[in-house]
Amino acid sequence: MIALVIRRVFQSFVVMLVVALLAFTLFRYVGDPVAMMVGQETSLEERAQLRETLGLNDPVPLQFANFVWNTVQGKLGISYQIGRPVADLISERLPATLELSLIAALYSLIVGIPMGIYTALHPSRFLSKVFLTTSLIGISLPTFLIGILLILLFGVHLGWLPTFGRGEVTDLGWWTTGLLSTTGWQSVLMPAFTLGMFQLTLIMRLVRSEMLEVLRTDYIKFARARGLANRAVNFGHALKNTLVPVITITGLQVGSIIAFAIITETVFQWPGMGLLFLQAIQFVDIPIMAAYLVLIALFFVIINLVVDILYHVVDPRLRIEAQNAHG
Amino acid sequence: MRLKSLLMATALGLGLGLGLGGGLQAKELKFAFQGTLNSLDPYNLNETFHLGFQGNIYEGLIRRGADLTIEPALAERWEVMEPTRWRFHLRKGVKFHDGSPFTADDVVFSADRSRAEGSDVKTRIAADTKVVKIDDHTVDFITSKPNPIIHVEWGTWYIMSKAWAEKNNAVSPQKLSGNEENFATRHANGTGPFKLVSHESGVKTVAEVNPDWWDNPNKEHNVTKVTFTPIGSDATRVAALLSGQVDMAFPIPVQDQKRVAGNADTRMLIGPELRTIFLGFDQYSDELIYGNVKGKNPFKDKRVRQAFYQAVDIEAIKKKVMRGLSEPSALMIAPSLTAIKDDRFKRHAYDPAKAKALLAEAGYPNGFETAMDCPNDRYVNDEAICQAVVSMLAKVGVKISLLAQPKAKYFPKVLAPNLDVSFYLLGWTPGSLDSWNVLHNLHGCPRVSDSAAVWNKADRDKIGRGKFNLGGYCNPEVDALTDQILSETDPGKRNAMIEAAYAKSIGDIAYVPLHQQALAWGVRGGIELAQRADNQFAWRHVQVK
Amino acid sequence: MLDRILDSDIWYSFRQSKVTMTAAVVTVLLMASAVLAPLISLQNPFDPASLDLLDAFLPPIWQDEGVWTYPLGSDDQGRDMYSAILYGSRVSLLVGFASVVFAMILGVGLGLISGYVGGAVDAVIMRVADVQISFPSILIALLIDGVMRGIVPKDQHDQLAVYVLVVAIGLSQWVQFARTVRGSTMVERNKEYVQAARVIGVPPFLIMLRHVLPNVTGPVLVIATIGLAVAILTEATLSFLGVGVPPTEPSLGTLIRIGNDFLFSGEWWIVIFPGFTLAALVLAVNLLGDWLRDALNPKLR
Repeated sequence: MIALVIRRVFQSFVVMLVVALLAFTLFRYVGDPVAMMVGQETSLEERAQLRETLGLNDPVPLQFANFVWNTVQGKLGISYQIGRPVADLISERLPATLELSLIAALYSLIVGIPMGIYTALHPSRFLSKVFLTTSLIGISLPTFLIGILLILLFGVHLGWLPTFGRGEVTDLGWWTTGLLSTTGWQSVLMPAFTLGMFQLTLIMRLVRSEMLEVLRTDYIKFARARGLANRAVNFGHALKNTLVPVITITGLQVGSIIAFAIITETVFQWPGMGLLFLQAIQFVDIPIMAAYLVLIALFFVIINLVVDILYHVVDPRLRIEAQNAHG
Repeated sequence: MRLKSLLMATALGLGLGLGLGGGLQAKELKFAFQGTLNSLDPYNLNETFHLGFQGNIYEGLIRRGADLTIEPALAERWEVMEPTRWRFHLRKGVKFHDGSPFTADDVVFSADRSRAEGSDVKTRIAADTKVVKIDDHTVDFITSKPNPIIHVEWGTWYIMSKAWAEKNNAVSPQKLSGNEENFATRHANGTGPFKLVSHESGVKTVAEVNPDWWDNPNKEHNVTKVTFTPIGSDATRVAALLSGQVDMAFPIPVQDQKRVAGNADTRMLIGPELRTIFLGFDQYSDELIYGNVKGKNPFKDKRVRQAFYQAVDIEAIKKKVMRGLSEPSALMIAPSLTAIKDDRFKRHAYDPAKAKALLAEAGYPNGFETAMDCPNDRYVNDEAICQAVVSMLAKVGVKISLLAQPKAKYFPKVLAPNLDVSFYLLGWTPGSLDSWNVLHNLHGCPRVSDSAAVWNKADRDKIGRGKFNLGGYCNPEVDALTDQILSETDPGKRNAMIEAAYAKSIGDIAYVPLHQQALAWGVRGGIELAQRADNQFAWRHVQVK
Repeated sequence: MLDRILDSDIWYSFRQSKVTMTAAVVTVLLMASAVLAPLISLQNPFDPASLDLLDAFLPPIWQDEGVWTYPLGSDDQGRDMYSAILYGSRVSLLVGFASVVFAMILGVGLGLISGYVGGAVDAVIMRVADVQISFPSILIALLIDGVMRGIVPKDQHDQLAVYVLVVAIGLSQWVQFARTVRGSTMVERNKEYVQAARVIGVPPFLIMLRHVLPNVTGPVLVIATIGLAVAILTEATLSFLGVGVPPTEPSLGTLIRIGNDFLFSGEWWIVIFPGFTLAALVLAVNLLGDWLRDALNPKLR
């Protein structure tokens, strides 16, 4: 077991290195940071000098080695555009993204699970079909269009909700939150709805199909044969067995919600990491891009690691298999 | 007696307090712009929005008025002692926001700092210009050659406090190789009408009125607080204005002007901008990088360039793409920046039949193929203009494949040293608001000596003259005139030379100028402001009702 | 052959569901009109010479200024919306299909190897999958775009955008195929019949092809269908972020991105018609995927 954990941790470390290497190869192709850092009057000679100072003329392996060395030491460098340490920028923007992602995930669970249960228990009812079809419409339009349509309707036409930003933000020292003010809550509604739409559909369908399978197992049939009430069988036995995979998948999806947040944040001018990252792409701000990618990769790697280890703990069959396979 | 005076003082204080309370009723201005404000260091980036924003907090020796005329600011007056020595008399009694007095030392310091490594405003003062303190309120600028326009760009050369910079370790601009943030990146200490409160790049920046501003007796504005939010997405920015979350937003996409103007609460403020949008050709390569004509370069033939000129229906572009918000131009500079009479230069008329005939005459009766490079996030509807140009040229037989890219990829591709381009769209605003800049950068022959090849690969980093002349247009007569314009001090003679230089380059069809795009600001009712043609937003002209 | 299909359970379940039948009709209709675009369109919107800028922004025929030559109105360049949608669907479907096929080949192949061989090979492939998942598809698109521009000769850059999109979207989807196939393969590998085949000396490649692959076609087909829907949407999103097909040859996604700019100005037809078409296409394909998932799942019958 310990050997397995060590092996997986080592593998995760390799994964991080590969991500960093890929990120690095990528930067040479997004554009020339220097052209974005200076005004039109800066001479060609100074531009060439700046390129040299930034180390952009160094061989790629050397640039990569420097990057890894600095990152391991926790030095993420200074943003070319903003002129501030990248670590500071990211820690300032992280709360906004995490708050948005969390609310989106919660909302998709709270709405998605009951809808999934309903459609599984009453597969042929009209409302089930409505749920199944309308939830698909939501994921049949590009996110950016849905966002703009929402802004147009609720922000401009009806004037109910703010069209951009995070509203009033409270600074708790180590964290900034918009959830302590009315405007903060008003501001988060549309972005969270847009971001959670895809997950909502996914969770609803997952609950439905898991539940349908569980309801057909002998275990449930026996429970019914024992004369237990429908309600007790459905919620006491069936749902319990359904929720484990649902929670797992949702956990795995948190990473992709954060990645998807790039578009939502752009449309709603939500001051999170995704917006920072997209601006960094526009201006070829390499230190920010590098840090963002490594951070996102870290999220995924940790989540994957935890899920893998948990599975091994929970499912004895996999443990035996692992022992067999690796002596 | 003492009690009485105390009572008096209290009463006075109360009265003042009440008076101030009435006068200083919170008047907040909230505005949004397309781009972000990154660093607050006024020497960090030579770019319109940056400098324009900082111009509300910092000030230069001169400033530009609402109509762009030069006004005295931190310098009360100046005189030319001899052609190479300018004397500036500084305003007395001016204080920085931290309370320290403004003196000649700050000017000398700022001159050094703006020319230090990492500064992007080095062109404000030539490297060989000496800046000499005569006394606490007099500074001399000694140049190596006569320069009649030494001060015209100083509206955006801001004076920083020497003591403040030294105390906070911000003596030189941000270094990118380090790992530390420069103090001036998020803090500002100017002399201007507004003081910085907080700055979160990409999120929001807040400023408040400076009650001790030297020009308060003449102030036009009544703003007490300013909040700036960058909103990159066009639709979101317009929505923010329409829904009343911001009082002013710019730029407003041309297609949305009707919506903003038609809304009861908002209006459009439209004015001519100084940027000229134009098409350029590779005229120096022996064979085009992109194209199907082998062994020769069709753009070297003036008839081909004229054919392109006459194939473009600029009025259709104005009507449909720009929705009327552009001024077709025959000149490579906004006419308001020159003394040239309006009807002196005319555009070649739109005439596809003539264009076809010219192409046939040049040996391309069936046209030819080439590629066009175009930015898609830099100028107003840049991509749509390029598409329209491609479609118009297709009608005269020239087949063009269009590569429209974000500016981060477009500029490195087309600018020197890469010059990976055959036919392109670009825009230009002369920072000095003067023709010499246009002639020097866009029309100067890009070579290190008269005998060297144009855009010779080995010398590209050394090119000064013509560094944005991507197509390598080269006319020694224009270069000679440009040099004379730089040092001619007589305005009449200078204007005549400028006109002559333009006449030559226009005769050569060095470029196809398209138009000056319009400024389009959206403003809420109850806000009065002045729109400057250089697209800088000066809060000192804002009235909030 | 036809008899067998008409007799099968799948056909029966298909006939049972009106939603599925509608979805199938919509899909077939949209695909057919995309394929036949040159025959049934009024204009070739990809030919710049056929566009007239002065005809830009005409409203659909039922509005006051509408004209018969532009039944659904025209866009900002004077493209006929109806023709542009037909041609745009063509591009979107082409990119969608190609990237799903690419992802499928890559994912199924790697999944089979990973599940069958196991050990270090499995670990490497699965860790690569982890890396893949952590990269947003826009970055992959940027990377591939850059690399390809470096490799491909300059005069062929025109066609590049489509390949970039196909590879980028394909790369962002292979992991799902690989993970699913790997799981099933690991189960199949230990079954008696596979072990028997191995004992009598059938080469691993053949075992995978003959015994393992047929058992995973069901889930793969389901993933592919939904993948097609996702790919078409991803293409639209990428074009919003500026990594799309050239504006002179717009896909449905690019049309929506362009039309997006005209939502406030009242020229709604530039975004609504392509948006509707895209939504109908993605919805129909998703519904087909749903039905396929249920129909192929023996436990649910």
